[in-house]
Amino acid sequence: MTVLVTTTIIGPLVAAALALALRSRPQLRDVVTLLGLAASTASAFGILYRVANSGSVAIRVGEWPRELGIVLVADLFAALVLPIALSIILVVELFAIGQRRTAWGANPELAGPLLLLLTSGVSLAILTGDLFTLFVAFELILVSSYVLLTHQGRRGQVRSGMTYVVMNLFASTLFLFGLALIYGATGTVNLGLLAERIPQLSDGARLGIGAWFFVVFGTKAAMFPLFSWLPDSYPTAPTTITAVFAGLLTKIGIYALIRFHTLTGMDELGSIMLIVAGVTMIIGAFGALAQTDVKRILSFHVISQIGYMLMGLGLFSAAGTAGAILFLIHHMPVKTVLFLVGGLIENHQGTSRLDRSGGLATKRPIIAVLFAIPALSLAGLPPFSGFVAKLGVISAGIEADQYVVVIVALVAGALTLLSMTKIWIGVFWGKTTEASAMPSARPTSKANRSLMTGATCIAVAGTLTISVLAGGLYELSERAANDLRDHTSYIALTEGPDQ
Amino acid sequence: MSIALLLAIGCLTSVGIYLITARLLSRILLGFALLGHAAVLALLGAGGPAGKPPLANLTTPAESANPVPQALALTAIVIGFGLTLFLLALARRQQIFTGDDLVEDDLEDQRVATDSEAAP
Repeated sequence: MTVLVTTTIIGPLVAAALALALRSRPQLRDVVTLLGLAASTASAFGILYRVANSGSVAIRVGEWPRELGIVLVADLFAALVLPIALSIILVVELFAIGQRRTAWGANPELAGPLLLLLTSGVSLAILTGDLFTLFVAFELILVSSYVLLTHQGRRGQVRSGMTYVVMNLFASTLFLFGLALIYGATGTVNLGLLAERIPQLSDGARLGIGAWFFVVFGTKAAMFPLFSWLPDSYPTAPTTITAVFAGLLTKIGIYALIRFHTLTGMDELGSIMLIVAGVTMIIGAFGALAQTDVKRILSFHVISQIGYMLMGLGLFSAAGTAGAILFLIHHMPVKTVLFLVGGLIENHQGTSRLDRSGGLATKRPIIAVLFAIPALSLAGLPPFSGFVAKLGVISAGIEADQYVVVIVALVAGALTLLSMTKIWIGVFWGKTTEASAMPSARPTSKANRSLMTGATCIAVAGTLTISVLAGGLYELSERAANDLRDHTSYIALTEGPDQ
Repeated sequence: MSIALLLAIGCLTSVGIYLITARLLSRILLGFALLGHAAVLALLGAGGPAGKPPLANLTTPAESANPVPQALALTAIVIGFGLTLFLLALARRQQIFTGDDLVEDDLEDQRVATDSEAAP
């Protein structure tokens, strides 16, 4: 088990160093990058298999006691999210290798190693058992994302990159202040100890800490009203980078929210979370309707969907948390696929603007199919995974008698379908347009195109697999939610055998 | 926690917040530097009363300061140092493009807004 956990965190770091050193050997560099990602993904699936069958595992790094050292915890929640997060990066890297010869591709010398660093940060953020390591993991993810967003140094990227960096840096600084508050109040940053000590604090201190971290993680997750950086910055990055960001970054924020707030029992914050969740859903869906660019529409949907996960968490019931976890698992691959299809559209049309494209359904029917499946899933239509995930969250809402937020969620779902229809009409129907003559656009070779389409096909197949397995995944999510809500198992895990 | 430490944290935070509300990236950067110092001081303050340097075999745990927040603060300082450099690079790049390092508005957002106003 130690080997598996080490491979997911250290493996990508080693591969990143190798890939950076192999600048002059592009093919070898690609192989190293893919191997690094594949090894960590495989280990993540191994962790899931072990945890689902024989229970959660905690590793105390260097055998330090939990007051002093780092504890890595692979419970069911972490084990469920980790393999999906890592497979997304693997598929996107495949797509990126196909896309790099075009104007929209990321610079391969940097994108590969940076994606590996991001992978390491994601693994660490998911597996860590203490808040300070979570802070470091967030920084690792964010620093890679800052560079990935701006490494081409284009005008628009620098402009939106500045907003992105400033917003996230502010959230990180608040995180650091929050760590000081927590350490001052409890004398520890270990999540297991916090689960014991935070409920013993006075109500004011406890809820203050909860609200503080709600803002910190909420900024990373782009919830209302802290989302404005997202639709500005995401569309300016190369498509592959946007696909990773949309699939992972905000979701890590939600992951941390679910982890911290269920573990420390912040049930009283539930009503505020539900209000924020409702507004986030509606604002995201309306924002998407107003846009006229595929990537911007999809970016606003990232925000809208965050609302659903927040709603599941805000209910603070076992069913609600399970719904949020299932939604997280469904949303990560679906969102990534949609952005990858956006990349295929952009590659073919020369633009992702709706008013400059059309008629793609007859020219490239495969792109239409690849778009339709995740789009319907995102809108929550049966039999796709989005339906099961939404059903989970909404039925938990009805169970908890929170009808207002349930109605808001249903309306937001209908609006999602509407803006997916807008993309469909704009891009796939209508008059065929000539690919606009973008001066920097270079034609892609057939091999590259099929690599991109192939990677997208794999990702779509992945989302379909999640739809098929949704029943089993929901059971696992329920188990994970019960583990999260029952703090004793987590506390016992971090304690270790010799205490 | 001593009053001097508290006052220092308060002053650094207020000046830092004032600076990051500016529109120039160079000012925002200075603001983050000050805020970062405030957060590090807060971490140190959270570690309890001051004491001798926590060095192994030289001071006993009873008389030394709490080493854990110091380790955390050190990590945070290193991260903050790297990010400051990145922000400087970003400001320089923006200066090459536009002549100064002003943080600009979302252009596409404005385009969508003006389009909808122009439409009847």
